[in-house]
Amino acid sequence: MTSVNQEPASQEPAELMSTPDASADLLANSMGDYLRIVGRRVRAGESGALPVVLGLVAIVIFFQVKNSLFLSAGNLVNLMAQSAFIITLGMAEIFVLLLGDIDLAAGYTAACAAVIALWMLALGDPLWVAVVVALAAAAAYGALQGIVISRLKLPSFVVTLAGQLGLSGVLLYLINATGSIGVGGVIELHNSIINDIENGQLNPTATWIVMIAIVAVAGAFMFYGDFRRRSAGLVAPPVSVTLLKVAGIVAAGIIVAAVANQNRGRLIVLEGMPWGVLVVLALLFAWTMLIGRTKFGRYVYAIGGSTEAARRAGINLVRVRTLAFMFAGLTAGITGIIYASYLGSISNGVQGGQTVLNAIAAAVIGGTSLFGGRGKMLHAVLGGLVVGVIYNGLELLGLSAAAQLMWTALVLLAAVIVDRITRRGAAGV
Amino acid sequence: MTVNDDAEPLLRLRGIGKSFGPVRALNDIDLDVPAGQVTALVGDNGAGKSTMIKTISGIWEPSHGEMFWQGKPVHFHSPKEASDAGIATVYQDLALCDNLDIVQNMLLGHEVLTRAGLLNEITMEKTAKQTLADLRVTTVRNIRQPVGSLSGGQRQSVAVAKAVMLNAKLVIMDEPTAALGVSQTALILDLIGRLSARGIAVLLISHNLADVFQVADRIAVMYLGRLVVTGPKSDFTTDSAVHWITTGAGPGASPTAAQIAGA
Repeated sequence: MTSVNQEPASQEPAELMSTPDASADLLANSMGDYLRIVGRRVRAGESGALPVVLGLVAIVIFFQVKNSLFLSAGNLVNLMAQSAFIITLGMAEIFVLLLGDIDLAAGYTAACAAVIALWMLALGDPLWVAVVVALAAAAAYGALQGIVISRLKLPSFVVTLAGQLGLSGVLLYLINATGSIGVGGVIELHNSIINDIENGQLNPTATWIVMIAIVAVAGAFMFYGDFRRRSAGLVAPPVSVTLLKVAGIVAAGIIVAAVANQNRGRLIVLEGMPWGVLVVLALLFAWTMLIGRTKFGRYVYAIGGSTEAARRAGINLVRVRTLAFMFAGLTAGITGIIYASYLGSISNGVQGGQTVLNAIAAAVIGGTSLFGGRGKMLHAVLGGLVVGVIYNGLELLGLSAAAQLMWTALVLLAAVIVDRITRRGAAGV
Repeated sequence: MTVNDDAEPLLRLRGIGKSFGPVRALNDIDLDVPAGQVTALVGDNGAGKSTMIKTISGIWEPSHGEMFWQGKPVHFHSPKEASDAGIATVYQDLALCDNLDIVQNMLLGHEVLTRAGLLNEITMEKTAKQTLADLRVTTVRNIRQPVGSLSGGQRQSVAVAKAVMLNAKLVIMDEPTAALGVSQTALILDLIGRLSARGIAVLLISHNLADVFQVADRIAVMYLGRLVVTGPKSDFTTDSAVHWITTGAGPGASPTAAQIAGA
């Protein structure tokens, strides 16, 4: 409950202060208003994405000071590739984190999907068949977990922990079963299209065209949304606020494109945006629409907020939870293919347990709650970049694996502490 | 001074009983709930008020007796059947999702979709806004704020508005003011008055006799699983109501015209 309940029962509108986490852009009448409300929300514990963005900037500055190569184009593009699969696996986790659940098996779901795809490619199956079968298997496994968890009312932590153990066994079994294809426990990737996800790039002209198109569509989308609200007689954010957001998107687009278009090759010319960035953006768009604009997504949030309220509203809890786990599995499958592209192979040495913990960390650092009901797909991108930057930066500093792990742990802990402190004032959290 | 005999009441209970094993929680209840009026159901702890509303709202079926809804006999096998018929129950814990905004909560389970199958936020927001305006719930500045940021009275208002929006004909409210301060209580009592002005029947369960006398049209007193008296508010004084609630019998000759229910 909020602490401010004292407005009289008259017709006066409630005081602004009584609604600390109201959507600021709808409350504001002007830019100044907006900034004041945002400032108040930050103090009230509803800081949104601000801490993670500031944290990311701080970490980047730290690494750049320690090693001037950090902000080089080559390393930044490398960073995009390195972060891509952490980000997508983070998105997989967000589907279930929003329910208040967790999927500890997602790392090995990804690995097994990659094995299936690479195995089928090695056997000569067409690319699309291999990808569809691998993703279908991952989605089916996710749905199976969802059915067990929701029908038998078991805690997802335990069920997916069993899944993690089981799938790490399945991974070994599958690679053994490939016989001569998986010699030495490694299946090589021999497909240029999958390989190009993490290792190929658009040419510089195409990079600019694609980036401008994405930014233009995103901006048009936001202005059109405001326009529709305004013409329907509803409150819409001030134009200046929307302009500020669009400017942010434009700036991000220009930076990514400009960095990616620098020649980062030493012996040959290497320039342009990696395909992986587009894959991540496409997935971000699709999953944001799915959880933000569909009934299914709305019900996921509702269940995460209050299972009892959702049940009384007539929502089919079993179906929604099963679907959410299915989408988590599907997204893990996509991650597996991106991961295979990154490695150029898939092996029985995949650390599926650690990978999934990194993904969960990414989602939580980005701002998604572990307790359900709060989160966005964008959080996986922000948090995934933080995790990616830390791994990349520590590697660049030449730290030992031991030191890298311990530093990562400290940063994760710091992120959670900052999150807790900034949200302490928040109502009902 | 008598039960409305000229018009068929919205809900009519005849001889309703509910047993849990050997325990008779409800005994031979006759109650009429007329449309457009606030019927207050009062009684001490354990008098059977909660059992009664759970029976009406379909959480369980009565062991005996008959229930007539708009003149027709009905048997609700689930809360959904009751709410489909137009009986909405606003429980004490409200069953709202704190993380969803007011519009999302009000339309939860009844979302409006666009032709593309996506959520039609604009239509939903207009619907919710209209309902809140009709009920003159005006203390909420922005209906896109999470319900978790609302005060107790505002949350209660949202829960009631949700029920009204789904075309409830009878709204059952279980202790709606129990957790509220003075101004918030006034807000909710106002809202209850507006519901009945719109022709909606309200069945109000309350411990607070001041609230009951302020807002109710009719009062029904339960005592140990039986409905001991029911009548218009004018039949009662606070003292006589307390007497009925605590002893199950009227204080002396008053209220003379009150109908004594039960065998």
